[in-house]
Amino acid sequence: MSKDIFVVVEQVDGKLQKVGIELIGEARKLAADLGENVCAVLLGKDIKDLTDILIKHGADKVIYVDDEHLETYTTEPYTKVLYEIVKAKEPNIVLFGASSIGRDLAPRVSARVHTGLTADCTKLEIDPENKLLLMTRPAFGGNIMATIVCENFRPQMATVRPGVMQALPSDESRTGEVEEFKVTLTDDDYTVKVLEVEKSKTELVDITEAKILVSGGKGIGCAENFQMLQNLADQIDAVVSSSRANVDAGWIAKDRQVGQTGKTVRPDLYIACGISGAIQHLAGMEQSDFIIAINNNPEAPIFDVADLGIVGDVTKILPILTDKIIAYKAASEEM
Amino acid sequence: MKIVACIKQVPDTTEVRLDPVTNTLIRTGIPSIINPDDKAGLEMALKLKDEHPGSTVTVVSMGPPQAEVALREALAMGCDEAILITDRAFGGADTWATSSTIAGALRKLEFDIIIAGRQAIDGDTAQVGPQIAEHMKLPQISYCEELSFDGKNFIAKRQYEDRHHIVELPSPCMVTALREAVDPRYMTVKGIYDAYAVEKNEDGTEKDKLKIWTLKDIEDELDLSNIGLKGSPTRVKKSFTKQGKGQGVKLEGLTAEEAAQAIFDKMKEKFFI
Amino acid sequence: MIFTKEHEFVRQLAKEFAEQELKPIAEEVDKTGNFPKEVLDKIAQVGFIGIKTPTKYGGGGGDHRAYAIMMEEISKVSAVAAVFISGPNTLDTLPILNSGNEEQKMKYLVPMNKGEKIFCFGLTEPGSGTDAAAMQTTAVLDGDEYVINGRKTFITAAPVADYIVLFASTDKTQKHKGISTFVVDMKSEGVSLGKPEDKMGVIGCPTSDVVFENVRVPKENLIGVPGKGWITAMKTLSVGRLGIAAQALGIAEGALEEAISYAKTRKQFGRTLAQFQNTQFALAEMATKVQAMKHLVYDAAYKMDMGQPADKEASMAKLFATEEGKFVVDKALQIHGGYGFIKDYPIERMFRDMRVTSIYEGTSEVQKMVIASEILK
Repeated sequence: MSKDIFVVVEQVDGKLQKVGIELIGEARKLAADLGENVCAVLLGKDIKDLTDILIKHGADKVIYVDDEHLETYTTEPYTKVLYEIVKAKEPNIVLFGASSIGRDLAPRVSARVHTGLTADCTKLEIDPENKLLLMTRPAFGGNIMATIVCENFRPQMATVRPGVMQALPSDESRTGEVEEFKVTLTDDDYTVKVLEVEKSKTELVDITEAKILVSGGKGIGCAENFQMLQNLADQIDAVVSSSRANVDAGWIAKDRQVGQTGKTVRPDLYIACGISGAIQHLAGMEQSDFIIAINNNPEAPIFDVADLGIVGDVTKILPILTDKIIAYKAASEEM
Repeated sequence: MKIVACIKQVPDTTEVRLDPVTNTLIRTGIPSIINPDDKAGLEMALKLKDEHPGSTVTVVSMGPPQAEVALREALAMGCDEAILITDRAFGGADTWATSSTIAGALRKLEFDIIIAGRQAIDGDTAQVGPQIAEHMKLPQISYCEELSFDGKNFIAKRQYEDRHHIVELPSPCMVTALREAVDPRYMTVKGIYDAYAVEKNEDGTEKDKLKIWTLKDIEDELDLSNIGLKGSPTRVKKSFTKQGKGQGVKLEGLTAEEAAQAIFDKMKEKFFI
Repeated sequence: MIFTKEHEFVRQLAKEFAEQELKPIAEEVDKTGNFPKEVLDKIAQVGFIGIKTPTKYGGGGGDHRAYAIMMEEISKVSAVAAVFISGPNTLDTLPILNSGNEEQKMKYLVPMNKGEKIFCFGLTEPGSGTDAAAMQTTAVLDGDEYVINGRKTFITAAPVADYIVLFASTDKTQKHKGISTFVVDMKSEGVSLGKPEDKMGVIGCPTSDVVFENVRVPKENLIGVPGKGWITAMKTLSVGRLGIAAQALGIAEGALEEAISYAKTRKQFGRTLAQFQNTQFALAEMATKVQAMKHLVYDAAYKMDMGQPADKEASMAKLFATEEGKFVVDKALQIHGGYGFIKDYPIERMFRDMRVTSIYEGTSEVQKMVIASEILK
C-alpha cells in the first residue's frame, strides 16, 4: 500500500533550495495527521553531505541519488530517476516546489506514473474523514481558490508555491535514515544537451526574505522614480519590489516582481506605492502582516486589502515621508 | 520544417472583477484572448518559419467550438493551417486527460517541433506541455525564451530563477514558451482576410484552412479511459472566492505633508521605525 | 451596423496597435513634431496603408468598413497617425487605382503599401480649393515630356513625400475638363517646398506648399486620359471624406473616454464629478452624438461596399461627425476644468486635433453644397 510523504528537494550547484525545506516543514504536519513518515528525495552529484540538513529540518529519511548525469538539471534523466523511486517505494504523497524545475519535472513524472498532479498549491490539508490530501490553489488568475483531490491514483502529487509554507528551524538533535538509491543512467537518457550555463550577472534579490517591502506600481510614473522608493527603503531596512507592469515595461528586474506570475511575499510591512491592486498582484502580497497603500485613485482595489490607505500622489508623499524618518532617526540618535 | 503550435483560448483574467456584493466572479463581458504564453509560442513558431523558408506552421487548439476565433487569429498572424479539437467527450478534463487527448491528435500530424505556451492564465498549471511531451515520449524543455534551428538541432534558451541554460534538442521535440522575452507579431489585414478565405478544391468542395477534429477523428490514437472528466485523476472538490480582509482605514483629501505624517505615525505606532 | 468576422479582427488589430504602438508616442509626437519612422514602418507592416487596396498591389484586400474601423480606432489614440494613414488609403491611391494602367499600379502602389514610399496629394492651390476652374498649375506637352509650372498649397505630408499625385491643367480653355492627373517624383529638378506650416493640431505630419518651376515629367507619368483629372479627383474625395468622418468619430470617442475616466476619479465637494447630474447629462449627450456619428459613418461605408452611390452619405457623415466632434471634445475638455487647458492631459491635444477635421478634405460648407445638390436634384 502507498505510504509516506516524499518531498523532492532541489539543489542547484550544491545549494539546497529554500522551498524544499519549507515543504519538509509542511510535510511534517501532514505526516502527523496521517501517521506516516516524511522522506526527502535529493538528486545531484556529490550531494551526500546535504542529506543531514534535510534530517535536521524535519525529514525522517532521505533518499539520494548521486550521479554525474544529474549534476545539471535536464528533464529526462531527472524524470527517469524519480519515476524509478516512485515505482520502488510507492509513496502516498509526493510534493515538489513550484519552481521552474519543479513545474517542469512534476508534470512529466506524474504523466509517466499516471497519476494526478495539482499545481502551485498554497494550502495542503488532510481530509480527516478519508485521509485524502486536500490541495488548494488559486485559479482563474488568482480570482478563485479551488480545492483539488486525487482519489483513485497514487501517489497524490502537488507542486507548492515557494514562500507559502513554513520551514522548521534546524534541530541539531534529529537523526534519521539516509539511503542511497541507484539508477542506471546512460548517455541515451540525454537527448537534451546543456551547451552553456549563463548565470545572471546582477545579484538577484530575494524579496521573499524581506521584512519590509516598498513596492512600486505604474502610478510611480517612470523608471527613475524607483530611486524615490529606494531612498525610503534605505532608511527602514526595506527591499524594493514591483508590480508586474513595471517589470514588463523594463523599469526593474523580474526578480523584484510580486504577484501571481511573480513571487508570493508576506513581509511584516508592505508599502504599495502607486499600485492599483490587480487581483494578480493582490494574490502575491495580501498575506502581508500590515499593508500601507498610496494611490491617487480612491477606487483602486489595493485599498480593499490595505490596513492604511492614503489617497494621494505617491511621488509627492514619499520624499516627505523619507525626510521625516531621517529627521526622526537623527533626533533619536542625539538623545 | 514542420512546426506545430499549441494554443488555448482563455478569458482575459486581468479583466476579471469580483462582484462586491455576492463576492462571485463577474464572468460576462470578459474578452477571450489567445493565452499570452501561447501567443509567444506562436511567435517563436512563425519566426522559425521566417528563418527557414518552406516551413509550415500548423496551429492546434482543444476547446469548445468558440475557440475557433483564437485559431483564426493565429491564421491571421501567419499560420498555415489550424485544427480545433472539440467534442463534448473531452469536456471536464484535468491536465492528464487534456494532455492525453491533445497528444492523441498530435500523433496524427507530422512535425519536427511542437511549441506550446508554458502555462495558461486561467489554469496557471504549466502541466499540459510537459505532459504532452511525456505521452509522446519527446525530448522537451519548458520556460523557453529563445529558439532557433541550426540545420540539425534546435537551440533553446531555457530560463531558471537565477540563470539560463542554452540547450540543444534533437528533432522531433517539444518546447514550452515564455512570454517575457517575446514580442508577438500583430495580425495583418491581409492575414485576417486570408484566415477566413475558403478555397475551392478541384472537385468543387470547399477547403477551409481550419479543420475540426472530433472524437471520431482521433479515437484510434486515444485510450478512451484517459479522456474527459472520467479520465481525469484529479477532481475539484470545491471552489470559492477568497474573503477580503477587514477594511482598513482610508484617508482622502490630505495634503502631501499630512499624508506623509499619517504614514509616519502609523509606522512608529507599529514599531517599523 | 453590419460587420463581418473579418471586421471584428480588424478592430481588434487596430485597437491593439493603437494601444501598444501609438499611445506611448502620441504626446511626444505632438511636442516634437517628429513621427518616428519605425512606427510608420510598422503601420505599413500590419497592412493599414492600403487596407482596402487589392492584395496584388500590396494592399490588405479589405473594404470601406475595414478602412473606417481602422481609422476610428487609430484616431482614438493618435489623430496624426490617422493623417499618415488616410492619404495613401484614399487620395494618393484611388487616382492610380481607378485611372492608372497596370504598370503604374505596380510601380507606385506596391512601394506605397509596403511603406517604402510616401505620397502626397496636390490639388489645392492658393487661389483654388474646390473651385477647379481657377486652377493655375499647368502642364504643357513638350516632346515626350510635360513641363509643369505652378504652386500647390497646404499639401499634407509634402515635406516627407517621395511622390506627389498632382492635378494640373493641360488645357486652360476647357476649365475643369482640362485638368489632368500626374505622378511626379518630388526629387525632380524644379520641385521645391514652401516652409512647413506651423499648425494648431495633427502635429507630426508636416504640411507645406509645393512649387513647380519648369518641372519636366515623362509622358508615362500621366495617369489616365488627359482632361479626366477633375473626375478622377472627385471620385476619390467621397472615400477620403469617409476616412475623415471616421477620424473625427475616433477623436470624439477618445475624448469621451478621457472625460469618463476623469469624471470617475476627480473629486469635488466630496463627490466624484461623475456623481453630479451636470456631468452625467453632458456625458449622456456626448455619448449619444458619438453613437449617431457611428451610424452615419458605417452607413456610408456599407453603401460603398455594396457598390451603391454614397457621395451624399459620405458628406453627411463628415459634416456631422466633424461638427459634432468639436462639440464632444469641447465638453470633454470642460469636464476636465482647468486641467483640460494644460498639456498634462491628452484632452488638450484631442481638442486641437479635432479642429482641422471640419476643414480639410472639403470644409463643412462644401459638404453642405454636396448634400444640397443631391437632395435638390
